[in-house]
Amino acid sequence: MLYAILCYHDEDVVGSWSKEQDAAVMSKLEVVQDRLTKEGRLGPVARLLPTTAATTLRKDDPPVVLDGPYAETKEQLLGFYIVDCKNLDDALGVARDLGAANPGGAYEIRPVGLFQPGGGAK
Amino acid sequence: MTDTAWIDAALTSARPQAVGALLRYFRNLDIAEEAYQNACLRALKTWPQNGPPRDPAAWLIMVGRNVAIDEVRRTSKQQALPEDEVISDLGDAEEQLAERLDGSHYRDDILRLLFICCHPELPATQQIALALRIVSGLSVKQIARAFLVTEAAMEQRITRAKAKVASAGIPFETPGAVERSERLGAVAAMIYLIFNEGYSASGETSEIRKPLCEEAIRLARLLLRLFQSEPEIMGLMALLLLQHARAAARFDVNGQFVLLEDQDRTLWNEKEIAEGVALIDKAVRHRRSGPYQVQAAIAALHARAATPEETDWVQIDLLYGALEIMQPSPVVTLNRAVAVSKVRGPLAALEMIEPLGERLSNYFHYFGVRGAFLMQLGRNEEARVAFDRAIALANTSAEAAHIRMHLDRLIRDSQPSGSKVEKK
Repeated sequence: MLYAILCYHDEDVVGSWSKEQDAAVMSKLEVVQDRLTKEGRLGPVARLLPTTAATTLRKDDPPVVLDGPYAETKEQLLGFYIVDCKNLDDALGVARDLGAANPGGAYEIRPVGLFQPGGGAK
Repeated sequence: MTDTAWIDAALTSARPQAVGALLRYFRNLDIAEEAYQNACLRALKTWPQNGPPRDPAAWLIMVGRNVAIDEVRRTSKQQALPEDEVISDLGDAEEQLAERLDGSHYRDDILRLLFICCHPELPATQQIALALRIVSGLSVKQIARAFLVTEAAMEQRITRAKAKVASAGIPFETPGAVERSERLGAVAAMIYLIFNEGYSASGETSEIRKPLCEEAIRLARLLLRLFQSEPEIMGLMALLLLQHARAAARFDVNGQFVLLEDQDRTLWNEKEIAEGVALIDKAVRHRRSGPYQVQAAIAALHARAATPEETDWVQIDLLYGALEIMQPSPVVTLNRAVAVSKVRGPLAALEMIEPLGERLSNYFHYFGVRGAFLMQLGRNEEARVAFDRAIALANTSAEAAHIRMHLDRLIRDSQPSGSKVEKK
C-alpha cells in the first residue's frame, strides 16, 4: 500500500539552518531515500519552497485568492514522500528513519487512496 | 545535526519575536536583551533534558520576563533566587501565552524592533550594525568581521547607536495603518542596505561578507511572513533572492569580478531563481507596482535568459523607464542606458548619459559605461580618456583591474593586425 509521509516543521527553524546544516540534513535523508529506491519502494519526493512563496485559492463563490499558505500554523507543510509500505508499522518505520536523519517537527502518515504517477512534469 | 545545533537554530529563529515582546514589556532595549540572554541560558540547561518546548519563542518570553522581574525583586529586597524549575515550569501558562502571541501584537513587536534600528539620525552603517546585533543576534565579533573593523570599534559603534536610539525614544504605541506602512518602508530599505553591504564586497572580501546577504534574506523572509500581502515586500524578497542566486558566478578563482554577460550561468542557484520568480508572480497580481518589484523584474529577466544573447533588453529598457519615473536618479538612467545600447545601439545610449556627466562626475561606473559605449563606437581615444578616469575613481582593486582589461583590449585592437595574431 502506498503511504504519503507529509513533512511538517517549524519553517523559521529550517530557515535558520546554515547552508552546511541544510546540506548535512539532505545528505542524511538521501541515504534513507537511496535505500528505499533500491528496494523499489520510493515514489515522488518533493521539498516545497518556503510558505512565503505560497498562494491560497479559497473555493468560495467566487473563489478568493489569498497570499500565503492555507494554514497559519507554527509548523508548516514543507514537503512529502510517497512510499510503498506493507502496513502502518512499516510506514512508521520509514518515518522513524527519516526522522532520525532530520529531527524536529512531525510526519503525518496518510494512506494514499488514488495515485497517479503522472510523468509529464520534469 | 549535533544535539545542540537544534537548540541554536530554535534560539536564532525565536530571537526577533522574543526580544521584540520583551522590549514591549520592559520598554528598555538593554533590559530586554539581557532578559532574552538569561532565558537562552536557561534554555540551554533545560531543553536538552526536557526536550524543546512547543513554542520556543513563547517559552523564552515567559522565562525572560520572569527572570528579569525576579532580578528586580532580588536587587531591591536581597531575596534568594527561585529555583530554575519554578521559573521554567510553565505548564498551562505556556499554552495561554502561545495563543496570545498568535495575535496581532507580535507582528508589531518585530516590526518595532526592526524599526528602531532605522532611526533617521543613525548613519547607514550604524543602522545595519544595530539590526544585526539586536534583531539577528550576531555577535559583535561576527559583525566586526563582516565590516572588516576591529571588535572594539564595532562595540563602540553599536553602543553609540543604542544610546542614540534610547535618547530618541522608542515608539511603543501600536502604530496606525499609515505609520505601519511608513515603518515597513524604512525597514525594507534597511534590509536592502544590509544585503548591499554584503553584495558590494570585492572578490577578496566577498566570502567574509556573504553572511550579510544571507542575514538580509532571512530578515526579508521574516518581514514577508508578517506582511504576507505586501507586494513591495514580495518584490524586496524576490530582488534579494535573484541577486543572491548569482553569487557563485560573480567572482572568478582569482577573486576578479565577472561581468553578468561573462558569468557561467550554470553556477546560478536555480532554487533561489525559482522562488524569486514565484514571488514576482504573486506581487504582480496586486497591481501596485513599486521600485523593489521593478528591480526584481529586471533581475528576473536576466535570470531567465539561458545565454546573454537571449536577454530581453527591450523589456529591461521599459522596466528601467518605469523605475526612472518612480525613483528618478542618474544611476537608474545610467543602468537604463546599458539596456538602450543593446536595443538601439551605443550612440543612442551615449546621448542618453551625456547629460548625467555633471552629477556623476565622481562615479566610477559612469566612466566605465561611457568608455564602453565609446569603444563600441570605435572612438578609442575618447574611450581611453573615460577609462583612465574610471580607474582613478575605482573603489576597489577589482574595479580598477576590470577597467584595465578594457584598456588592454583597446591597445591590442589599435595595434597592427599582425601582432594581434601573435597574441592569440
